[in-house]
Amino acid sequence: MNPTDPLTPPPADKPTSPALSKDTSNGATAPSASDVLLLVDNVSKWFGAVHAVTDVSIWARSGEITAIVGDNGAGKSTLIKCISGVHTPTSGQIMFGGEPARFSSPEDARRAGIETVYQTLALVDDLTIWQNMFLNRERVKRFGPLSFLDRGVMQRESSNMLSRLQVNIPTINARVRRMSGGQRQAIAISRAASWGSRLVIMDEPTAALGVRETARVEELILRLRADGMAVLIISHNFDQVMRLSNQVWVMRSGRLVGGRRTNETSGTELVAMITGATEEQIAREE
Amino acid sequence: MSRTTTPEMAQQARIVLVLQQLRDPGFWADWTAVVALVLLVIVFGIASPTFLSWGNVQAILVAAAILVMLSVGQAYVIMTAGIDLSVASVLTLGSVVLGQTINRGWGIALACVLAVIASTLVGLINGLVIAKGKITDFIVTLGTLSAAAGAALVLSNGEPVTVTSVFLLRLATGSLGPIPYFVIIAAVVAIVGHIVLFHTRFGTHLLATGGEPEAARAMGIDTDRVKIAAYVISGFLAGLASILLTARIGAAEPAANTTFLLNSVAAVVLGGVSLFGGRGTVVGPVVGALLLTALVNGLTLLSVPVFYQPLAVGIIVVLAALLMRYQR
Repeated sequence: MNPTDPLTPPPADKPTSPALSKDTSNGATAPSASDVLLLVDNVSKWFGAVHAVTDVSIWARSGEITAIVGDNGAGKSTLIKCISGVHTPTSGQIMFGGEPARFSSPEDARRAGIETVYQTLALVDDLTIWQNMFLNRERVKRFGPLSFLDRGVMQRESSNMLSRLQVNIPTINARVRRMSGGQRQAIAISRAASWGSRLVIMDEPTAALGVRETARVEELILRLRADGMAVLIISHNFDQVMRLSNQVWVMRSGRLVGGRRTNETSGTELVAMITGATEEQIAREE
Repeated sequence: MSRTTTPEMAQQARIVLVLQQLRDPGFWADWTAVVALVLLVIVFGIASPTFLSWGNVQAILVAAAILVMLSVGQAYVIMTAGIDLSVASVLTLGSVVLGQTINRGWGIALACVLAVIASTLVGLINGLVIAKGKITDFIVTLGTLSAAAGAALVLSNGEPVTVTSVFLLRLATGSLGPIPYFVIIAAVVAIVGHIVLFHTRFGTHLLATGGEPEAARAMGIDTDRVKIAAYVISGFLAGLASILLTARIGAAEPAANTTFLLNSVAAVVLGGVSLFGGRGTVVGPVVGALLLTALVNGLTLLSVPVFYQPLAVGIIVVLAALLMRYQR
């Protein structure tokens, strides 16, 4: 494998199962069909003349943390928006759980078991923790044609969700406004990890956090993996990627540069792939 | 902590929480209207012996009924981070529709229904233009304020009409036991408003839409629909209130009731509803409406000249707004 030439396109075998067969040319271990939960197959997303994502094929396994790295504008966010149903790919296919997935909205993706933790967290500050956990999935008690919120059940279940993931929150009835950055992130992640989701996508989960809070959130992400969930994260933090992930995909200007098993790569190699510089150049600069 | 919480600990935590709340200026900001109402009742109660007589309390409650209903609708709209400047005009329009229908001999039931439909329709137009047309609430409802007032003038040819209806007369003067019908209707509106806000999915979605529209949309809430619903509710309640207004004055007047608009916004602000949306109660605005009505009533009892009343209302609203800065 020659890292000085990272633009080598991924194998362009158009048939339906590319990554399943011979993906070894870009350093990734070929996954077996059984444990690949998400398979992105030659997906492109163009906005008019802007080619945000071009022919990208990646996969993610259950029980693994998969990272996507790349510079700003590399197309990472557009790619995950295709997966989470915000965008519909211009071409290419997404397979989820072995079935072709065509989501026309985030709700579709959510129903299929894909949850996204947005960078903004999508929490409502003036609502309580449990109201946020159940936002738009409220449990109701029915009285004939009327239905009323079942607050007790939602409070209990929110509490269970958080304690299952060992998230420490003083009271489930507190407003989210009063929570720290780490707690808010933990609430958003716990919400995403509930509801029978199988893939949790996180966009820069620790970008705004301090050292201790980052550690807490990382523990939480590791717990999701231990639970057998597939986790897909976008991160700019190489240490974090090396610490957490099992598989890394590198993107540059809308294309996939390559994929690596995390234990077979190094931060330097990833930087080289991201920037297109050679490892020697990077070593000299350091 | 949630893993090891015992009932005793929870009890203790609750007590600590209450004590913390009392020291927090934010708590007082949230309950401005209640605190002010209690103070007002004490002051006026001492200054004028008739203020707290049952007859006067009844009079205050009856006089507050229309404002209470408008304020509940206004509160819903303001909680979506909007504002409904058209409520008072819609009230007038509803009243004129009612009066004109009766005068054509179409019967009181149909007249009331048409009044409510016309008002609700204006609310629907407000909501649709704001949510779908993406035009600022302020401009849209300023437009419908004028349009509804104009429609009322056109329909009535600018002339007030006397409305004679046994039903309306009974509505205005009758009572169920000691409680006037007006008060019962306003109370039902307030209670239903409270239940919808805090015990239905729609209520939660309303607060989410007003507080963090991006987050609400990300969670799949149709924020446009929620907004439209809020304006429809405001229009509907203005329509109901127009029946009470017509019954109270025994006539349908095309004259604008701007005081109702200002007071409905004032009641909502006094009631601790954030003008930025996303937080508030129904109880707050209701108490705010009672406060404003009691203030005017008390000043009248003390023979303060009528001209001073708007001045007093204005000062109280601005003071309340100052206290609101401490809102958490």
